Amino acid sequence: MAVRTISRAGRVGLSWPKSGLVLAWTALIITTIISLFPMYWLYLTAFTPTQDTIKATPDLLPVNASLDNFSRLFQQARDYWGWAANSLLITLAITLFHIFFDTLSGYAFAKKRFPGRTIFFWLILSTLMIPPQVTLVPLYIVVQNLNLSNSLWAVILPGWANVFGIFLMRQYIQTLPTELEEAARIDGCSEPGVFWRIILPLAQPAIGALAIFTFVRYWNDFLWPSMVLIKSSSYTLPVGVASLQSEFSTDFGLIFSGAALAALPMIVFFLLFQRFFLEGVRMGAVKG
Amino acid sequence: MADVALKKVKVSRQSPTQRLSGFFKKYGWSYVFVLPSLLVFAIFTLFPVLWAFVISFQDFRPRGGGGWVGFKNYTDAFTTQDGVFVQAIKNTVFYTLVTVTANIFIALTISSLIQPLSKYVKTFFRAAFYLPAVVSAVIIAVTWRWMFNTQWGFFNYLLGLVGAGPVRWLSDPDIALNSIILSTILTVPATGIVLFTAAMDSVPTDYYEAAALEGAGAVRKWWSITLPLIKSTTLYVVIFYTIASFEIFEKVYVMVPSGVGDSTQTIVTQIYQTVFQQFRYGVASAQAIVLFLLVASVSVLQFRFLKSDVEY
Repeated sequence: MAVRTISRAGRVGLSWPKSGLVLAWTALIITTIISLFPMYWLYLTAFTPTQDTIKATPDLLPVNASLDNFSRLFQQARDYWGWAANSLLITLAITLFHIFFDTLSGYAFAKKRFPGRTIFFWLILSTLMIPPQVTLVPLYIVVQNLNLSNSLWAVILPGWANVFGIFLMRQYIQTLPTELEEAARIDGCSEPGVFWRIILPLAQPAIGALAIFTFVRYWNDFLWPSMVLIKSSSYTLPVGVASLQSEFSTDFGLIFSGAALAALPMIVFFLLFQRFFLEGVRMGAVKG
Repeated sequence: MADVALKKVKVSRQSPTQRLSGFFKKYGWSYVFVLPSLLVFAIFTLFPVLWAFVISFQDFRPRGGGGWVGFKNYTDAFTTQDGVFVQAIKNTVFYTLVTVTANIFIALTISSLIQPLSKYVKTFFRAAFYLPAVVSAVIIAVTWRWMFNTQWGFFNYLLGLVGAGPVRWLSDPDIALNSIILSTILTVPATGIVLFTAAMDSVPTDYYEAAALEGAGAVRKWWSITLPLIKSTTLYVVIFYTIASFEIFEKVYVMVPSGVGDSTQTIVTQIYQTVFQQFRYGVASAQAIVLFLLVASVSVLQFRFLKSDVEY
C-alpha cells in the first residue's frame, strides 16, 4: 500500500491546478479544431458539387455530398492514376535504398575502424547543413545534358544521396552491444552475415523511423520533381495536384477531389503507424 | 622489446601485394559497406555543392556562355529588376521572425498544457496535431488558397457574418504576405509539440517534488524547472523552424503562383524563377549560396545565444 502511494507520488511531474485544467482543456480543444479544420475543408469541398462550392453562404456540413467531382476528375485528368503510380515508384525506390544502404554504411561508421572513416563521416555530416536548394542548379544542368527530364530516375537518384539516414543509423547502431556481433563472428559468421543476421534485426526500431521519415518526405516532395518532370504523364501527385489548380482554375470541386485523394494514403499511413511516426520525429531530432 | 622488433621486421618483409591483400582482408568489408552510400553522396551531393560554388563565379548559360566573371553574379543577384532579391530576403526574414516566434510560443504553450494530462489523452492530442503535417505542403496550400478566396472563401464568409467587407487576402500586395504568415501560424507546430513533450517527459520528477516541498506553485515549477531543463530542445526546435522558414517555397508557389508584385517573393521562389524563367544559372547559384550563408550564420547565432546556459 505504502509502496503504491510512493510510486504514485513519484509520477507527479508538471501539473496544473484544477481551475487551470479547465482552461487548458478549452485551449487544447480549440487548437485541435483549428489544426484539423483545413483537413475538414479539403474533404468537404471534395465531396461538394462544384456549383455548390461557389455560393455566398458555403455549406459547413456535407449536405449535398456527391462523388461527382471524383468521376469528373478521372475523366478529365486522365493521368491521375499515372501520377499516383509515379509517386509510389519514386518513393519506394528511394525508401528501400535508404533502409538497406543507410543501415549498411551506418553500421560500418558506428562499429568498424578503417582508414578514412572519420574524414568520410565528417564530410557527410558537413553537408547536412547545406540547404538542398544549393544543389538545384548543378543537378538541373546534369539532368538537361543527360536528357533525363521526365525520367523518374531524375528524382530517384538525388533522393538516394540524402545522408540524413546514414547519420540516424550510425547513432542508433552505436548504442547496440558489440558482444552479439563478436559471438556471431566466433561462430564463423561472415561479415555480410553479421550485418544481415545481427545488425539488421537489432536496428529495427531505427529502420522503422527512417522508413517512415523517408517515405513521407519524398511522397510529398515538390520543388525538385516539379523542375524535372515536365510532361503530365511523368508527374508525381504533388506536382499533378498543383497542375490541376492551374488547369481547372475555377472548378474547385475537381481540384479538391484530386487533392483529397492524393492526401489520403499519407493520412491512412499515419493513422496506422501513428506511434512510429511520433517516435521517429523524436529519434530524428537526437542529432547533436 | 625483442618481440616488437621482430614483428616490425616481418611486416616490412611482406611484398606489396601481400600487404595490399592484408589491408583488404582487414578493411575490405568496411569499404564495401560504405561504398554505395558514399558513391551516390559524392555524385549527387558533394559534386553538385562544389560545382554550385564554381558556377556562382561563372557566366553559365544553357547554350554557350562560360568564363569567370568574379563576383558579378552576386552583384547581379542583388541589383537586377530593381533589387527584387533584396525584397525577397526581407520578406523571408520577416516571415521567419514572425512564424518562428509564434511557432515556438504555441508549441511551448500547448506542450505545457498537455504535459500533465494522462498518457492516452496526450497521445490523442499529439496525433491530432501531427496529422496535417504528414499531408503534402502543396495540398495544404491548395486548401488555404481556397479558404482565402476573395469571393467564395471561408475567411471572407466569416468576416461577412460580422458585417466586415471582403478582404483580398491573396491579391492585395499589402496583405498577401501576412495571409501566408497567418496560414503558417494557424497550422499547429506539430514537430515542436512532439519534441517539447518528449523533452518534458524526460525531466526527472524528483525536481518537481523537491520544488513542491519548498512550496512552489505550478507556474513557478514550470518557469524554474521545466523551461531551463528543456532548453537544448528549445534550441533544436528554434533552429529547425528557422531553417524550414528560410527555405519556404511550396506554400508561396501554390498560394500565389505568379506572386503579388514583389510582396510575396521569397529567397527560394526567386532562385526558382532565376533558373526556370531567366535561365541565368550563375545568378541562381549565387542566390542559393547567399541562402546557405544566411541560414548558416543565423543557426550559428542562435546556437551561441541559446547554448550559453544550457548546462544544468
